[in-house]
Formats: sequence, C-alpha cells, structure tokens
Amino acid sequence: MALRERLQELHDRGLADIKKGDSLDRINEIRVQLLGKKGPITQALRGLRDVSAEERPKIGSFANQIRDELTAAIEERNQELKKAAINAKLASETLDVTLPGTPVAQGQPHVIQRIIDQLEDMFLGMGYQVVDGPEVEDDHHNFEMMNLPKDHPARDMQDTFYITPEILMRTHTSPNQARAMEAHDFSKGPLKMISPGRVYRRDTDDATHSHQFHQVEGLVIDKHVTMADLKGTLEMVAANLFGDEFDVRLRPSYFPFTEPSVEADITCFNCMGKGCAVCKNTGWIEVLGAGMVHPNVLKMAGVDSSVYGGFAFGLGPDRFAMLKYGVDDIRNFYLNDTRFLTQFYKRG
Amino acid sequence: MKVSMDWLNEYLTLDVDPQTLGEKIERTAVEVDQVYKMSDGMSNLVVGETLSVEPHPDSDHLHICQVDVGEDEPLQIVCGAPNVATGQKVIVALPGAWIAGHHKIKKSKMRGVASNGMLCALQEIGFDEKIAPKAYDEGIYILPADSENGSSVFPILGMDDDIVETDLTPNRGDMNSMNGTAWEVGAIYGKTPKMPTFSLNEDGSRKVSDLLQFSVDETLAPTYKMRIVSGVTIQDSPLWLQKRLWEAGMRPINNIVDVTNYIMLTYGQPLHAFDYDKLSSHHIHVRLAYEGEHLTTLDGEDRKLRDSDMVIADDKHAIALAGTMGGLDTEIDDNTTTIAIESAIFDPIKIRKTARFFNLHSEASMRFERGVNKDDNQNALDHAAALMAELGQGQTEQGTGVGSDTPVEPAKVSVTLTRINHVLGTQLTVGQVQTIFDHLNFPTENDGETFNVTVPARRWDIHIEADLFEEVARLYGYDNIPSTLPYGTMTPGALTFKQRIIRDSRRLLEGAGLNQAISYALTTTAKAEQFMMRDSEPTELAFPMSTDHTTARMNLISGLLDDIAYNVARKQKNVALYEQGRVFYREGDAIRPLEVEHIAAAVTGTLTTKTWHAEADMIDFYGIKGIVDLFLHDMGLSEPVHYEATQAHAQMHPGRTADIYVGDQVVGFVGQVHPEVASDYKIPDTYVFELNLQALIDAPHDQQQYEPISKFPDVTRDIAILVDQSVTNADVVALINKRGGAHLAGVQLFDVYEGVHLPAGKKSLAYTLTYRDRQATLVEADVTKAFDKVTAALEKEFDAEIR
Ligand SMILES: [Zn+2]
Repeated sequence: MALRERLQELHDRGLADIKKGDSLDRINEIRVQLLGKKGPITQALRGLRDVSAEERPKIGSFANQIRDELTAAIEERNQELKKAAINAKLASETLDVTLPGTPVAQGQPHVIQRIIDQLEDMFLGMGYQVVDGPEVEDDHHNFEMMNLPKDHPARDMQDTFYITPEILMRTHTSPNQARAMEAHDFSKGPLKMISPGRVYRRDTDDATHSHQFHQVEGLVIDKHVTMADLKGTLEMVAANLFGDEFDVRLRPSYFPFTEPSVEADITCFNCMGKGCAVCKNTGWIEVLGAGMVHPNVLKMAGVDSSVYGGFAFGLGPDRFAMLKYGVDDIRNFYLNDTRFLTQFYKRG
Repeated sequence: MKVSMDWLNEYLTLDVDPQTLGEKIERTAVEVDQVYKMSDGMSNLVVGETLSVEPHPDSDHLHICQVDVGEDEPLQIVCGAPNVATGQKVIVALPGAWIAGHHKIKKSKMRGVASNGMLCALQEIGFDEKIAPKAYDEGIYILPADSENGSSVFPILGMDDDIVETDLTPNRGDMNSMNGTAWEVGAIYGKTPKMPTFSLNEDGSRKVSDLLQFSVDETLAPTYKMRIVSGVTIQDSPLWLQKRLWEAGMRPINNIVDVTNYIMLTYGQPLHAFDYDKLSSHHIHVRLAYEGEHLTTLDGEDRKLRDSDMVIADDKHAIALAGTMGGLDTEIDDNTTTIAIESAIFDPIKIRKTARFFNLHSEASMRFERGVNKDDNQNALDHAAALMAELGQGQTEQGTGVGSDTPVEPAKVSVTLTRINHVLGTQLTVGQVQTIFDHLNFPTENDGETFNVTVPARRWDIHIEADLFEEVARLYGYDNIPSTLPYGTMTPGALTFKQRIIRDSRRLLEGAGLNQAISYALTTTAKAEQFMMRDSEPTELAFPMSTDHTTARMNLISGLLDDIAYNVARKQKNVALYEQGRVFYREGDAIRPLEVEHIAAAVTGTLTTKTWHAEADMIDFYGIKGIVDLFLHDMGLSEPVHYEATQAHAQMHPGRTADIYVGDQVVGFVGQVHPEVASDYKIPDTYVFELNLQALIDAPHDQQQYEPISKFPDVTRDIAILVDQSVTNADVVALINKRGGAHLAGVQLFDVYEGVHLPAGKKSLAYTLTYRDRQATLVEADVTKAFDKVTAALEKEFDAEIR
C-alpha cells in the first residue's frame, strides 16, 4: 500500500477511535498509540526515504496535516470529556434547596421599643431632642408644675404610686418637660423635645390596664407655635406609625396642663372609617391627647407666657402597639413570652 | 349625662337627628358615649287592661288573666306577679314581642293553661333595678288609667325618646344640667335656648326668716339658702316627672325628693329637702364635723365623721353630710308636711374628699365637685318651691332664708384677634370671632382688635385668654384649622452619647441572639434585693396595689428570671432575653433613689435551635461570657477588661461566676444562677450577666485611630504546656504577654485538655503566639529567641511542662 493511503487510513481510523473514546485515559492511550514515537504515523514516516524526492515533500506535509488534525481531535475530545465529567460531578452534588437554612441567632427589639425608636427617629429628623428623666419623681415636678395642684380632682390618689407624700412613681413623662423648660435658654432658639419612658399608675393589671406602661410626650416651645402646627405634627405621627391613608381629627378634651386641649382620633385601621366593632361604629380610634401648653405650666417653669408658647402631646406606645398589631392583652408586653417577642420582626 | 331629646327640644327647636347631634357635640364640646332609646331591642309591648284575674287551679301564686289589648278578643295570659288585679292597665308583651335581654315572647302553656303573652314589670322591659320605682319592685307596672288599650307603651313611658349620653370632661361641669347642655347645643347651632320658667306664689302665712336661723361658715358654703314649703302631701310624682328622672337614670321616690332631683337635672344645682318638723332646733349650722361625730345617713349607715367632713347640723347634732348625703333623722317620709329646701354651694374639694372617703359618689356630690352655677342658685330654689307646692298641694312660705350669699363676679377676659390667630394658626376675622362669642351668649365688646368678654357664671371654667382660644377653636371647628409644622430657628436633632450607647447596646445584644424583654420594674422586696451589685435600701411603695409589685427593682436579672419562668412554664425550653433599664439604689437616709442604667441578660437552653443539619449547643458559662466579651469589646473602653472568679454573689453559682472589671472598677458580673435560686424560680440551668451600663458610658473610651496593616508577614509559634489545675488562663496569658518581647502581637488559646490521659491535678493548655514587626521581615532566630524566653518563664513561674 502506498504510504499516502496508509497515512489516510491511520487518520480515518484514528478519528473514529477518538470519537469512540469515552474516558480521558482512553483518549490518552489513543494519543500515545497514534502519535507517540513508536506510533504508526512515526513508523509510516520512516518509509519516506523510499519515496521519490519529488513526492517526499508532499507526503511529508500530508503527514503533518494528519498529525495536526488528530491532535486537534484529541484535544477537542478531551474538552468534551472534561466537561461531561464536571457536569456529572455537579449532578452528583445536587441538593434539596428546599431544606431549611441553618438558623442564625438573632434577637428582636421589643415591640414597644420598636415604636418608641420609630417615633424618636421621626422627631430627631425634625430637630427634636430626646429627653430622659427620673422614674421616681417628686410631687412638684410630676403634678404641681403640670398645673395639678394638691387638691386637683385629676390627681386621684388611686391613680398614683406614692413612696412618701412627696415622692412617687411618675405617672407621665411630663416632669421631663418641666425640667427641660426650666433648663432651656430660649434666647438660643426653640425647645423641641420628646420624652419617652416608663410610667406607672396605681391600677390592677388586666387585659386593658397595666400598672406599668410607656409614654412618649412631646413639647415645642417658641415665640410662634400654633395649634395648626400641632395638628400638622400629629398628622405626621399618624402617617409615620400607621401610614398615609389615615386621617387625623381633633376633638375638644381636657388636660390641666394644656389649654386648649384636644384628643386626636385616627381613621379606624380595621374598617378604614366605615365603622366596626373595634371603633364602636364611629370609624375613628382615639390615639392621643394634646393641646397648647397652659400658661400656668409655662409660668411655673419660668417661661414668659406672653412671649413664648407652644404645644404638647402625649401618646402611649403600648396602646399604639395594641392598635397597630391587634394585641388584645396589654400584659403580653411585660410577660415576655418568647413566642410573643419574636413575632414583631416585619418592617413598616 | 343622659340628655333627653324631648326635653332638649323644650329649650331649642333643633331639626337634627340625634346621631348627628351626638356627633356634633362630640366634635365641638364633650365626648358622647352613646345615642339610644330605652326601647332599643324591644318591640310589641302594648297597653292591656285586665278584664278578669282568676287563680290558677294548679298553682298557689299564678293567675289566669283575660287581658284586653284592643283586639276583638281578649288575650289569656298567665301571670305570676303578686300585684296583678282586675281593672289594671298593664304592660303586655304580645306573642312575638322582644323584651329586655333579647328574650322573645312565645305562646306557651303554664301548668297546663294557655298563656298568650306576658304582663311585664319595668325591669323586664329594660329598666335598671336602680331606676324602677320602688313601689313596683316586686310586681308588674301599672300604667295610667287613661292609657289606650292596644297602643304602644313606649311613648307612655318615654322609652321612644332619644337619649344622647355625654361623657363630661372635668372642666365641663356646666353640661351636667339641661340648662347648660342647652346653652352649649345652642352655641353649636347658633340658636338661643329658651330657659325654663315657673311662677312662684309665696302664699304661706309665715316668713322663712322667722322659721329658720343660720350659722354658716362661708368658706365651707359660700352660698347657703333655704325655702320652706308647708302643708304638703307626700305622694307619687306625676308620670311626666317620673319619666324625666328615669330617662336621666334616676329613680322616682316621691313628689318632694323627685322635685329636688328634677331641679338638679334642670339647673345643675343639687338640692336637699329636710323634714322641717324633724329638726331638733330651727337653727341651721354649716360647719366641720367634730372628730368622731356620728351621723346615720339616708342609706341607714352609721357614719363616724372626721373633722374634715362638712356637715349640716341643728343645735344638737349633724343632720346631713353636706352636699353628699342627707341624714336619716330628717328624711322626708310619708307623713312629712313641712319641707325645708336647701340650695347651697359647697367647697368642692371638701365634698370630693368626703365622698371618696365614704365612697358616697352621688349625682349631687359629683355636681358639687365639678361646680355649680351661682347665677341659677336662687332660680333653682324658687323653681323647686313652686313645683313642690304645686305637686304636694302646699304653700310656699314667704322669702328665702339666707345663711350665706357670697357674690360671684363674672369673669371679664380680654383677648385680641392677633393673639387668637397667632395661637391657633388661623386667619379669622373680627366678625367670625364675634359671631362665636355671640353664639356662646357671652356679652362681648370689640374695637376691631380686642374682644372684652364677660363670661357668665354658668361657664366657671373660663378665666383666662387661653380658655377663650379654646372656645373659638372648638366652635370654629378643629377640622377648619390648617395643618402646618413649626418653623423658626433650626435645631439639631441628635441622640446624646448616652442615648446612642444605650441604643447600640440593644442592637448588639439582639445581634448576639437575645430578645429584648421589658419586665416589671416594680417587684417584691425579696426579688428587688437579689443579684445586687452594691448595697442599697429598697424603695417601697406606700400603698401597693398587689403583693407582687411593691418595690423598685435593684437588679434586672430577677425580672428576667421571672420571664424565663413564665416561658418555661409554657414549654419554651430555649429562652434568651436581655433587658435594658434602670435599677433604683437608695442610701439609708435618702428619700429618693439613685436611678442607674443597667443592662442584663439571661439565657437558658440553647441560643439557636437544633436542626436537621446543625447541632445547637446548650448555653454555658463561656457562651454567656462570649456575649459579654463582644459587648465590652464593642464599647471601645480605654482600660482593659478582665474577669475575676467570685463567690460574693449569694444568688450565683460559687464556682461559675466572675466579676467583670474595667481597669480596677467592677462593672458587673457573669455566670450561672445558683441552682437553688433557679429551683426557687422553677427554671432549669440559667446563665446571666448584669452590667452597670452607666459606668460603661462614663468610663473613658478610646479615640479610634487607624492602625496601619503590616506589610510584613506574621510569624506564629504554638506552645502546649502542662500546668497545675489552679493555674488560670489569665495567669498564663499575662505571663506570656509580659515576657513575650517587643514583637509579640497576640496570644490565642486554642486548646484546653483535662482528663484521664493527664496526671491528676494537671491540665494542658495550648496557645498560638503571633509575632509581628511592622518595619521589617522577622528574623527566624529572633522569634525563636523570644519564644524560648516565654517557654523558660512558663517553666519557672508555673512549673509548666512544655509538651
Ligand atoms: Zn372600625
């Protein structure tokens, strides 16, 4: 057989073998066998010396062409097999992605804290300071400076935990306002503050009463602060805590430390104002008390009520949390059942 | 106050439905509890006439009645009421009728006899026990003889009248009367109410001034007056009067007592009627009681009075608890003929204290507490006398006996338009404001800017400018006030350093897997005194409400253990809580406690839950300590933190508790709750820490500085040593650091082994020492030299065997 034909046959058979080769080892075997120093192509080329000088370059280049083609085929087949091997490995690694992830220990803020923080953040953004004060207060700051003199009907002994006749557990965070007004230098600008904190009332604990609860009270005093400003601020509070779709309405009320005094209702979140059992068919839910600071309160804090004035409001995070999340028993907030505490993780 | 629409319509012509009126009152004046009719939920109640009443053959108390209900045939109804008799007009619940309590009346048989309906007592058609007239307590109600058979009973009994029930704020005592309510509603609708009229005929032959003398302490009773009506006959009031009372929630008694209550409802002026002939002297005193003085009040109770209680007295003894409750000895009874009517104004604070002390909150005491209209004091007295004379067929004696009559000047308050708009944020005009004062019927002059307002005595809540702002604001309507935000000098809104640290602390512990708890700050004295970090006296409530909450806490852990107990009792085994809050320390002689911010945690079980994939480790000392380490690291304190074993905490495990130091100051402790204490709380093994957060806030904090990252590689050397059990990790680390040389950058414990493979009393500790040079590559020989020094020191100091 002529050399050319022999080479052609080696080429054709080699390609067929490569194509059939089903492992990297087999392909390597074929490579060594075909292209190695003792392989048939090398062997065949030894027969070149028997070929005429005229034919020799042509056959030589043909042999090189065959060698290149076979090398390329081997490389290609190698890639194919590698890819298949990887795919097979990946296939064997397939997981049930629906199995649960490994839990990461992560605690939650208390739901009341969440509401307080949310309010703090909103008011900080509007230039208010957050003011703390003692939980054990004196009668003077808790009551007298709030225009609640000793014999005022609103100062029912039943409602206050006294420690001595002059010392008590604060019944609201208003004494912080009194202290802040006393300390504030009004020539340097307005006083804008909120005071969140624990407060205490002499109540028997039941689903809607707790001897310990929380308050966030706010106060703005400046030369020109209006009832309209109060209304706008309360609308911000409602929008921040409950959402834009809620309306706020004010109703006349009475607090010794404000005049005029109002109560603020928001649209019932349960029926969106249509009327339901939650809102006793009024479409509104009472959420906070507010008003324009009573001149006596300003006077007692040493603030000139003919120049300065402002508004105050007070709201209960406990009540807000009950309304917002539909919590039906206030005691849940203080018993700290983990199944309760871990529920309130959702944003908004 | 329960306001009858029928009655209100006598004052004002209002063309509004009661719901709308209720809404309007709520938006403009005071809260409205409900708008209702007494007949709500009831139907088919008609007038019947008992044609015959026969005893039931098989019963000793039932009667078989034939009742004419305006139909062709009478209804046969079996009735058990003792007072049923022939010829009565009665309330019949027809078959299919609804009566009180959602009961439906059906045809039935009673002991074999057909009964086609029911004869009703007032209680059965919704009257409160306290309202229904006493005469009908035990039986059916008898309607007026002229009632038409078959017609609805609702109009006869006033049950179809709409009632608007207001819930008054303390400042609006003026609305505790029909007159006051009418003034208010008139102001809302811009109408002037027609006040009640009467004609008083002083037809008696005697002068009151001859019949009564007075000694009145004017500080107790600024106004004290009496009239006398004689020759009266005590009987039931006419139905129109009874209806007024029961619609307002009061019980008809007799014509005299009913008049006092009716006048009180009309004018807001409580009155009291004495039986003149029962007075032991005709000299009336208004004074404070003598300490220990006795008085039997109308309810039959013998009251031991205090020297702060106000009484009405004759020469001998107290005859009434002023403004609160009358005395039994001078009570109006069926034989009374001469009435002394008292119309007074008493010190509201004294009334309130007496009413509270004796728990005698009455319609009268409540009105005295909230205020009485001085302008109507005489009117009320005159009207009462006229009505008693009319209803009791008596004569009004001449004149009024006056014990005191301190005039009340009307308040004159000035307010400018500028101030009104300045405070309310409105742009009201002179005309708008003037109209509001006109509607309130406040005589007002204005010069185009200043309003000089004369406030009638009926609005005793108004004294100052701000009170008028409120009147204007509410009648203008809060809905009409614009919404704005305060403007003016900008102020920074930022948390203080302390507030930021407190907030960050919470985030950090939540990140470590602890849930925030808020426990009760008031606990028992015993629990308040556990886990304390310093000596302190307890701060105790004078009048606690429950034995569980008597004392301000002096630690946070005990509250967290209560929380864990609550969870464990509910099958929650893994509980990880922290709390941030105050403890209350009190020095022996101080009255007020010092309030110190603390932060504490308590963990039982595991921090994570065991899953199909990962084990969860039970919390142990090192687990809770790791949280403390993280927390204190995050604080960025300047001084080093270290832990020292302690047995000083009685409620903590003596071998598993450490005091936590920052520098040489103790800032808290960490460890396992003493198993006996845990068992007292009924909780399993629990690990806790409590830190004085205030001390950490006050401690010096590092100024954070960038530390360049070394360009040269670190070199590490491991060492394992065998030492006595008593040698602590802290001892070893301290020595390594001391002798480690200039390039020692860190010491990391990586293994602790104690066990059978080691000699008794020994343990093995293994550390990685890291060497670093920022200027140059470390020379192997230098590291070896430094490391050898450490080894030698360990051998020398701790007799350590290098392994
Ligand atoms: Zn609703």
